[in-house]
Amino acid sequence: MSAITAMDVNVEAKRILAVSISKLYASRTQRGGLRLHRSLLLSLVMRSARDIYHSSRESEAPIAAAPEEPMDTSSRAEEQTQLPEPESEPQPVANGAEAASEVSDSREEESDGETTEDKENVSPTRQSRKRRGKASAAPDFLPSKRARLEPGEERYAAPLGSCRTMAGESLTTLSLNRVIPAF
Amino acid sequence: MGEDTDATPTLNHHGFLPDHNYVTEADIISTVEFNHTGELLATGDKGGRVVIFQREPESQTEPFSQGEYNVYSTFQSHEPEFDYLKSLEIEEKINKIRWLPQQNAAHFLLSTNDKTVKLWKVSERDKRPEGYNLKDEEGRIKDLSTVTSLQVPVLKPVDLMVEVSPRRVFANAHTYHINSISVNSDYETYMSADDLRINLWHLDITDRSFNIVDIKPANMEDLTEVITAAEFHPHHCNLFVYSSSKGTLRLCDMREAALCDKHSKLFEEPEDPSAHSFFSEIISSVSDVKFSHSGRYLLTRDYLTAKVWDLNMESKPLETYQVHDYLRSKLCSLYENDCIFDKFECAWNGSDSVIMTGAYNNFFRMFDRNTKRDVTLEASRESSKPRAVLKPRRVCAAGGKRRKDDISVDSLDFTKKILHTAWHPTENIIAIAATNNLYIFQDKLSSEMH
Repeated sequence: MSAITAMDVNVEAKRILAVSISKLYASRTQRGGLRLHRSLLLSLVMRSARDIYHSSRESEAPIAAAPEEPMDTSSRAEEQTQLPEPESEPQPVANGAEAASEVSDSREEESDGETTEDKENVSPTRQSRKRRGKASAAPDFLPSKRARLEPGEERYAAPLGSCRTMAGESLTTLSLNRVIPAF
Repeated sequence: MGEDTDATPTLNHHGFLPDHNYVTEADIISTVEFNHTGELLATGDKGGRVVIFQREPESQTEPFSQGEYNVYSTFQSHEPEFDYLKSLEIEEKINKIRWLPQQNAAHFLLSTNDKTVKLWKVSERDKRPEGYNLKDEEGRIKDLSTVTSLQVPVLKPVDLMVEVSPRRVFANAHTYHINSISVNSDYETYMSADDLRINLWHLDITDRSFNIVDIKPANMEDLTEVITAAEFHPHHCNLFVYSSSKGTLRLCDMREAALCDKHSKLFEEPEDPSAHSFFSEIISSVSDVKFSHSGRYLLTRDYLTAKVWDLNMESKPLETYQVHDYLRSKLCSLYENDCIFDKFECAWNGSDSVIMTGAYNNFFRMFDRNTKRDVTLEASRESSKPRAVLKPRRVCAAGGKRRKDDISVDSLDFTKKILHTAWHPTENIIAIAATNNLYIFQDKLSSEMH
């Protein structure tokens, strides 16, 4: 595959990812509650797009793998911005009560006593699944999103190292299937 | 075959502003269903209302003119509800209506929203008793001293009143959203299906249902497919089919086990690897499944095609019909504007020789299985004056050779979609729901099946 074709596919994949994220986010406020079928289809598209995005990026920069081996804390913040999930996921998480109750509600719905993944305490071995390669700045396909308060909410102090960075880290390695229960 | 269809006057569901493009969302029709004789036609809308139309008996003076459908009854079936535990609003939109076969003077139908199924009794009252001894005309108790003789109350005719009353409410059985209901041929049970489970109910028992299919994985993160539609076999009360978002159909036999997770037959067409795209999974999701009247075939609809399956052949469909293949190159835009998630229904005609399904731009398509001919027709006010004959339409690729009246793919209006269609059980009469309007077309050549 020529570099140009890979770039096109990459751009396409990024665009689809961005569109999918905004759809997933919008579906949270839809009347009638979360539609399981739709969420599933969205996550399938996102997974294909993500896989293509990864594989086309890897084909672009195959050499940069080795020196980046152990992910250190300095690059974590950068890694966090590479994949789209961290950008939008920390928002609902940081927005506090509203999202937390939704997350726990949908988990309640599905748990029936089974243990659910604790996003905050993902084992460190999962980090090896992270992509090596040049860490870029904020991905260009996403508008710059900052956490913002929903009307009527209050800001509370999120302990550093627990909410934002940890969530970001663990989310890069989250399989997309977890997007569904997360909502 | 469909070329000489008559348009009866369009029945504007509830629109108060017919000249404007503005459509009240509550008026959008969400389901259409003929009853077993075709005499009644029920529609449900997003506002939770059900409107029943009745076919007028054919007039004596013009023996060849078919009866027209007029409003028979309107009632509010479901109201919006709030699930306090999950902080979720439950929409009142009617997802499906299914009629029960008629067993006495009254008609019964099941209507469902996302969570609750209701059984409604529709009955006529055209007489009322008059001449009570103890009550006067207004129902007040009479002064006994004025009663000097006994009379027998007599039934006097009154203006026809159609009364609708809820007879059963089947609630609290579904965690996920109900997408289908289907009455069994035993006329005693019915099933309701949501994204992950199918429950079997007895029509008389509301506080209990049996779970017959459960595809919920132990860990929701392993979820790969959901149930999209389900239907009982028209004759064999032990068989039913359900379709999945992966494009598979499963035929289940309730005699084999109490929980029919293991299918008797699995109908699946292997995916063409060359056609794979980001959206392959979405477009292979089956949006509707219908048994043929004979019970021998299955009709399924996915985003771009309609397929006929033979119950005896699981490996691939018998016939595949391209509904709007010109959209295949536009899937990305259709994903962005959400159209790719539209769920189109499909229908058989009474003799199982023709299948019908909707598309965009208020177009609907009919395919004749025997002649292999197909036609595209439009349901719109402009093209459907009463008694007008519908003109076949054609969609051509952008920049392609255009005939007069052709429409190019880029000019299609994707907000005008025909998701719900129904075919009269025995005659060539079809009901088409176009957003908030209901169109009823009749074949004027003959009312018999070809």
